[in-house]
Amino acid sequence: MISEQEKKRIEHHINLFLDYPGALLPLMHAIQDDIGYIPEDSYLLISKAYNLSVAEVHGFVSFYHHFRTHPSGKHVLQVCRAESCQSMGSEKLEKYCKDKLGIDFHETTKDNLFTLEPVYCLGNCACSPAVMFDEEVLGRVTPEKIDQLILNSGIK
Amino acid sequence: MTYKIYIPRDSSAISLGANDVFNEILKESKERNLDVSIIRNGSRGIFWLEPMIEVETPKGRVAYGPISLLDVAGLFDQEFYLGKKHSLFLGLTEEISWLKNQERLTYARVGVTDPVDIDDYEKHDGFRGLKKSISLSQEEIVKEVTESGLRGRGGAAFPTGIKWKTVMDTPSTKKYIVCNADEGDSGTFSDRMIMENDPFVLIEGMIIAAMAVGADQGYIYLRSEYPNAQLILNEAIEIANQKGYLGSNILGSKFSFTLEVSRAAGAYICGEETSLLESLEGKRGLVRYKPPLPAIEGLYGKPTVVNNVISLATIPIIMDKGAKYYADFGMGRSKGTLPIQLAGNLKQTGLIEKAFGITLRELLYDFGGGSASGRPIKAVQVGGPLGAFLPESQFDTPLDYEKFTEIKAVVGHGGIVAFDDTADMSKLARYSFEFCALESCGKCTPCRIGSTRGMEVIDKIRQGVDQDKNVDTLRDLSETMVHGSLCAMGGMTPFPVMSALNFFPKDFGLDKK
Repeated sequence: MISEQEKKRIEHHINLFLDYPGALLPLMHAIQDDIGYIPEDSYLLISKAYNLSVAEVHGFVSFYHHFRTHPSGKHVLQVCRAESCQSMGSEKLEKYCKDKLGIDFHETTKDNLFTLEPVYCLGNCACSPAVMFDEEVLGRVTPEKIDQLILNSGIK
Repeated sequence: MTYKIYIPRDSSAISLGANDVFNEILKESKERNLDVSIIRNGSRGIFWLEPMIEVETPKGRVAYGPISLLDVAGLFDQEFYLGKKHSLFLGLTEEISWLKNQERLTYARVGVTDPVDIDDYEKHDGFRGLKKSISLSQEEIVKEVTESGLRGRGGAAFPTGIKWKTVMDTPSTKKYIVCNADEGDSGTFSDRMIMENDPFVLIEGMIIAAMAVGADQGYIYLRSEYPNAQLILNEAIEIANQKGYLGSNILGSKFSFTLEVSRAAGAYICGEETSLLESLEGKRGLVRYKPPLPAIEGLYGKPTVVNNVISLATIPIIMDKGAKYYADFGMGRSKGTLPIQLAGNLKQTGLIEKAFGITLRELLYDFGGGSASGRPIKAVQVGGPLGAFLPESQFDTPLDYEKFTEIKAVVGHGGIVAFDDTADMSKLARYSFEFCALESCGKCTPCRIGSTRGMEVIDKIRQGVDQDKNVDTLRDLSETMVHGSLCAMGGMTPFPVMSALNFFPKDFGLDKK
């Protein structure tokens, strides 16, 4: 369940884009940027305001990989799985991250510090393998660099 | 005196530590009481030398790279700010052979200027194409673009001038210019480089496009994986608005154009133009039937130009220097230049803008310097995840749309990913289906179901189960996907799969045959 305060914030965003063409895309970004995810509890509010069915709202959110319907950990680590990174050993890096954090893709560590996600190209293919840590892209990533990232984020 | 130092702000340079180098140089110069002015320029695209910094000298800019944090103090000791020699000294930037052997037209300013300094842009021939276009009629602009031979650089290679003419000739009170900046193909980063390193050239190209077809509104549909590009584009758009290049009565003319960035949400299929339009309209990115063409019924049913970043960013130089100047580069029906992106397992990766006609071998060995691992290059994938894998025997193919079609490959968006001999091509073929299953919009059955079935069939072949029968099934399935899919996602996924199967049967365990 979302809190009263979250509901107010979502309603604020809903009102902001009411007259905006193609509103759902910027609206969902606004909600996710603010709250960290798009709560399913907000679908009814959105559907009423935009004259859509709840199914349509759900269909929209679930179509796009970027949108999440559950909170992520404090940090999101995205490991690129696309061809260029594969050619430079991303498969091993992927496995290293999973082992190190003890989670699979789309999962969050128990301490809620890290969420691990796959990503398909960060446009950093000249510096493969690449990962994105929160909003920061890193290139020529080694297991040591991953260790450092995790260490700097305040975990043993 | 003030020493002028250039440190790039391109995402790839930053991903290798350019921001840390910037902070360290700032700190060190303060401690040494040196008056330095640091310009955050774009990257020259020589990513194997990034972070590469430059210093202005009376003879021109000289470069140093790749710089790590540990090199900074030593650079100051050697007085690099005077352009003096150091073990990382690369000489005059313009003379670096990697750069010197290119033909930079679209990327003329990339790495040279400060991306968000509009005066710098104007000083380097910026807005000359726009100023020329303002004095021309719509027909004259479209004619110039058509005669330049420019073809859609997103991958489909459709003649840009013809697309514009269709939109121009379709009567409507509302028309749109949509820039496809959903650069999702692995091995490509040329769009990102334009948006981060020379955003005004894209803005200028979009204004000219709008004038040519009679549009007054534009969107840049930008992938969500490019937050840095979004910041820079928004900053550039605001500056262009303030300076009167966007908004009402542009440069005193009767023409008005508003432009905004729309942030995508991580669906590869939205790089397909009709799916992109659906997404921009706030819907699921389901591919539309064609016809009607977006040029006739596009965004909100109105005539719409949908062009890739590079196509639009190439318009200013065509309008400035003329169609003939541009068309004189290239070969056959592939006119002009292509930004080629060398990626993957190569020693020297980065962006090379070159006239069409250069061979893969020249790119991989002369520019690329061979594989990064030192092992033989086994295959390259050209044109993103839907492009064929090319074996060594095809490395002499010149980069040309038609020559690539002849060998069932695509130039696409110009991305080249190299693999060394440790790559398992059957695994990569399986990945092609896996990616298609993940990213299919789901509208057509061959793409939605075929991708998953394809994965299973490849698994069986790799396990040695009924190989003859399953190879037949795989070929049959691929053919169905090619002919039975609405768009390139399902229609081209078989390209990498079939090329892997045909050229590398051993990797599928078919060596006995």
